[in-house]
Amino acid sequence: MRRIDYKLIEELVPEGASVLDLACGNGELLSQLIRDKGVRGSGVELSQEAVEACVARGLSVFHGDLDAGLADFGDRSHDVVILSLSLQQLRRPRMIVREMVRVGEKAIVSFPNFAHWATRAQLFFRGRMPVSRELPYQWWDTPNIHLCTIADFRALCLEEGLSILQEQYLRAVDKPSPPRVVAPNLMARIAIFAVTRS
Amino acid sequence: MAMGLGADAGSAGIVRTKRVTFDQPGQELALEGGGTLAPFTVAYETYGTLSEHQDNAILVTHALSGDAHVAGRHSANDKRPGWWDMMIGPGKGLDTDKYFVISSNVIGGCGGSTGPASENPVTGRPYGTDFPIITIADMVNAQVMLVDHLGIDKLLAAVGGSMGGMQVLEWAVAHPDRVHLCVPLATAARQPTQAIAFNEVGRQAIMADPDWRGGHYYGGRPPAKGLGVARMVGHITYLSDEAMQEKFGRRLRDVHDYTFTFSADFEVESYLRHQGLSFTDRFDANTYLYITRAIDYFDLTRRHGTLVQAFHDVTARFLVLGFSSDWLHPPYQLKEIVSALRATHKHVSYYEVESHYGHDAFLLEREKMEGIIGAFLASGARTFVRQTD
Repeated sequence: MRRIDYKLIEELVPEGASVLDLACGNGELLSQLIRDKGVRGSGVELSQEAVEACVARGLSVFHGDLDAGLADFGDRSHDVVILSLSLQQLRRPRMIVREMVRVGEKAIVSFPNFAHWATRAQLFFRGRMPVSRELPYQWWDTPNIHLCTIADFRALCLEEGLSILQEQYLRAVDKPSPPRVVAPNLMARIAIFAVTRS
Repeated sequence: MAMGLGADAGSAGIVRTKRVTFDQPGQELALEGGGTLAPFTVAYETYGTLSEHQDNAILVTHALSGDAHVAGRHSANDKRPGWWDMMIGPGKGLDTDKYFVISSNVIGGCGGSTGPASENPVTGRPYGTDFPIITIADMVNAQVMLVDHLGIDKLLAAVGGSMGGMQVLEWAVAHPDRVHLCVPLATAARQPTQAIAFNEVGRQAIMADPDWRGGHYYGGRPPAKGLGVARMVGHITYLSDEAMQEKFGRRLRDVHDYTFTFSADFEVESYLRHQGLSFTDRFDANTYLYITRAIDYFDLTRRHGTLVQAFHDVTARFLVLGFSSDWLHPPYQLKEIVSALRATHKHVSYYEVESHYGHDAFLLEREKMEGIIGAFLASGARTFVRQTD
């Protein structure tokens, strides 16, 4: 599957930057950034299997729990810190956003937009917790414990005094977006934010 | 290649300890604490075959009580395989079908390399405490000479836990162009205070034994009581509260009730006594003094100011392994190494093994280490560049 979201994230990363990818999984995005953008990249990952997969790929990875923060990483030690589609799974999303802009000059966060019309419709018409391709879990087994909307994330940035450098919207991880998205909080399934501490 | 002669699949097979003596002019070992050691012998074992391009050599460094016998067995009916046999052999984490594994006994040791029990060429009698104080750097310099002797420019990897991990770090820092991959496990870049304290208790136990006689006990009765107590203390630091609770609890040994004496009523007492006693059969008390001293002196910041500066010239790629219940070298000490390496933009990965075995976990948790170490060696081998290339 061609990951359009990765492509969009890649466009937000400067050539040769030092990149920290949080919840980097098996290292697919990192490998792509190293290959295409010549970045100096490393990851943080909690799952033992995923850490092993990263190491097998020759990546530099730190086995750790994001809910414990980024104490092992120095202030402004990276150009870019990425959190791809994992914000909603963390216990303390606000803390991690703060940590990202402390450790990196720029933070890139992507997340499923809970205010997409289809999500709203499931809740409104069926009265059931939304289940979709982006959010494939039932309420009782979902790892997504802190879902938010594009409007919510903007509000958090405002409250935290963060500048939004860029916003990108997708209809799906593998579907390119139209050049201009009208009413993204209603129309986008996935949002990508680039923010910095102003 | 050593083929498994016994029934045991995955074994490095029957191996023997070899020795090389450096006694030529120019082969003196200049010691960090001053003076030289000459001549000196290094005992070592090898497993697997050195490749034509010499790009598959892995040095495994041992901890306090280890020796050169890291894998395989010394004879078909040898009951005890090498100390890290679970990790080394055909198809294992350090796959001897792919890699040429080298392991040597440290100098100052009692497993065949020159140490305090060896003959002092000046007196013709065992050194005892006339043996010079040696450091981790000295141990590594001796290993460099062994690697030279084996005709290897550059190691693919250096792998070791605890004191072995200190040697791995020393290799990376002092010989940056001679090792490509480093895997330090359950160790620290500088010996922590609490660990020095426990070592000091061990040394005091040995030196308080009247049989120690200032270290010149060879030919007489060795200070077995003192060494036994030192080992008992050390052994406690290798376990964990949880592991001890689970293994022994408050269970009594061979008795149904308290004996109301000082005999070993509790299983844990009898276990520790056994550990202490069996250790004295195979280990030299003076070596215990010298090696714990070398460990206590280990501090990469001493020569370089900070750890970040110490790692400045490092070229090796690192996989650092910590163990969750290790309280001798808790994960934060491994993370300190990782942070300093990262601060100088080195290639470093950190992996924490979830285990309740304490410090000893690096000798026990085969399944939790084998995959990641194997993956690191395999991916790292693809980036190996020879020194001469």
